[in-house]
Amino acid sequence: MAVGEWPVWSTSLRDRTATAVADPVLRSNIGAATDRFGTKRTSALAAVHDPDGLRRAARGVRGQILSNWAETLETLADNVMANGGHVCWAPTGADANDYIAAVARRIGASTVVKSKSMATEESGLNEALADVGCEPVETDLGEWIIQLAGEHPSHIIAPAVHKNRHQVADTFEAEAQMTDRVTEPAALVAFARAALRDRFLAADLGITGANFGVAETGSIVLVTNEGNARMATSQPRIHIAVMGAERVTQTWEQADLLLGLLAKSGTGQPLSSYTTVISGPRAEGEADGPDEFHLVILDNGRSTLAGTEFAEMLNCIRCGACLNVCPVYRQTGGHAYGWVYSGPMGAVLTPLLAGSDHDHGHDHGDGSSNPDELSGASTLCGACMEACPVEIPLQDLLLGLRRRKAADASRAEKAMWSAWAAAWSRPAGFRATASMAARTRRLGPLVSRLPGVSNWTDGRSMPALPARTFSQRWRSGDV
Amino acid sequence: MTAVHLFVTCVGEMVVPDVPVAAVRVLRAAGCSVDVPVGQTCCGQPAWNAGFTEQAAEVARTSLDALDAPLADDPDAVVVVPAGSCTTMIRLYWPQLFELVGDDERAARAREVAARTFELTEFLEGRELPTVDGAATTVALHESCHLLRELHVETGPGAALARVAGCTRVDWSADDRCCGFGGTFSVKLPETSVAMADEKLDTLPDGVEVIVGADSSCLLHLRTRAEHRGLAVTTRHVAEVLDDAIRAEDGSEKGDGRG
Repeated sequence: MAVGEWPVWSTSLRDRTATAVADPVLRSNIGAATDRFGTKRTSALAAVHDPDGLRRAARGVRGQILSNWAETLETLADNVMANGGHVCWAPTGADANDYIAAVARRIGASTVVKSKSMATEESGLNEALADVGCEPVETDLGEWIIQLAGEHPSHIIAPAVHKNRHQVADTFEAEAQMTDRVTEPAALVAFARAALRDRFLAADLGITGANFGVAETGSIVLVTNEGNARMATSQPRIHIAVMGAERVTQTWEQADLLLGLLAKSGTGQPLSSYTTVISGPRAEGEADGPDEFHLVILDNGRSTLAGTEFAEMLNCIRCGACLNVCPVYRQTGGHAYGWVYSGPMGAVLTPLLAGSDHDHGHDHGDGSSNPDELSGASTLCGACMEACPVEIPLQDLLLGLRRRKAADASRAEKAMWSAWAAAWSRPAGFRATASMAARTRRLGPLVSRLPGVSNWTDGRSMPALPARTFSQRWRSGDV
Repeated sequence: MTAVHLFVTCVGEMVVPDVPVAAVRVLRAAGCSVDVPVGQTCCGQPAWNAGFTEQAAEVARTSLDALDAPLADDPDAVVVVPAGSCTTMIRLYWPQLFELVGDDERAARAREVAARTFELTEFLEGRELPTVDGAATTVALHESCHLLRELHVETGPGAALARVAGCTRVDWSADDRCCGFGGTFSVKLPETSVAMADEKLDTLPDGVEVIVGADSSCLLHLRTRAEHRGLAVTTRHVAEVLDDAIRAEDGSEKGDGRG
């Protein structure tokens, strides 16, 4: 089944969010799931001696790694090759896809099993594999569900979080030949397990992401709760891991700290159910493992962030905690954000990665948008900064992106803010606005129909304005 | 007697003047002298949050100049703001704002003012204020985002409310979740903004008559959404609740409007 076009900058953020919030089932599914994650995260962190100290340490570790980023990546690549693996440096998603497609063609692969990878969502790998005649099969349960449904992930760690079990059963009936409908979670999992087992056995090529790449031993670390990464990395002849270039650590000590925080912050587990470490292909005398191991290091705009005011976004460990606490994400789910990443981290990262190809203005006059518009998908409530395990100042980064967007705003919008500033930088102008506001009290019904004003009044009443301003009362001495 | 200089805020000036009026009376009851520095307008937050730095600085400059003159004359004087959001702008963002526009002299003065600026309930926590008898009301507290998560004032509004005997506060599962206002967010993504307000209102425990908070803009958003839906619940700023009770005890007259 064809997957909807990504990204979707042909529509405006407002249209996408309005469509999402008009779906009460979606809102209820997202609300229930994020509440569950949030509660588990809170109790997992409550069991830690000094959670704030841990977050500070994690931020420090990320900063330390990224201050030696290029060198650390070189060490990782050298050690992967020393372990008998291959390394591909992919400047763009298309480069990563080309490399992987070439490997698939060389071995005549027909079935490819994939373990969950946001980096390959970023590059659109599944479409690229289909183009060379391979059938990619997602093996993470949530990813498989949305692959069957022809959708994209709506959450970075729980891709099908927007669907309830009845909707999952609908998808299995329509797209996976489920003839005896079941809706209990355990039964749905059993159905998926049976269906996927054959695909694992048939696969020539296994593709995974990489939660971390550990430079000192040339290893990659994968976490799952289903064990599917172990199947995808041990059964097929070839394993290719695609790693976002920032997901590197220098040492195991650093990886250990971040792994614990990732699980606690994401799913509220002490550690994920399966933590898999891959250090190269099957070695002499080993029973399991692939003949070849390839590590694709995906840049795709990441290196352009180093040294900029947005560099801290490179610290993100993709735990999803900011999505789970975001009151905007809670109402809209992930698809409204228009691309792979959603919630606060998506509102920051998407303009930085996908935005490099776009002008930063926001109004194309034809209902379309560009990624910078995502910086508006926040009330700046600060819940994301509070939840972030590596203390990324998401709110400050959103403000920085809004400044970038404002610099390219339309002449009309700039003129509006300049007129506002000219009036409110003078007490007399400020008072004039106040008395004008007071005078519009009697014009309420007319005013509420003005364009722009209706954006407020369609869902809310007009506040009744007072007869006298505070200053008038203060000066008259009756306060 | 501590000299308090009130920063009124634009919403307080134009939309809900009963709130700064109540704040003045409560501060006096807490043993402070209150003045309203001439020349203040707005903190500049609307433009700052929209990314229009120059315009934000132009407005913030006027208010900074109005506030720091009286502070310079009296080393014990403070600025008090009846809104967590505007306090955040002054305390956390003014120094950065003036640095960004290259006004280092004002950035330095902004840091001085920031260190002596307090949100109303935060300031009251450190003051003697007697417990007063208020009308029997069942209320829920909306914990506003900037006050809670940027200024880290976690107990101020609740402590102020606890001084009003007769006022029963019930727990609200969504008390610390954003109301959906977010300034221009409310008109740029209105459907989402309204959905956020609805979730707050729909989770309100049975029997709650009034939502109390320390930020008028959040309260306005919740109240106008509730009105639009025909819900009976209304809102009041914590300063008004305190002031009502103080004046009821004094036997003086009620105010002339709504808050």
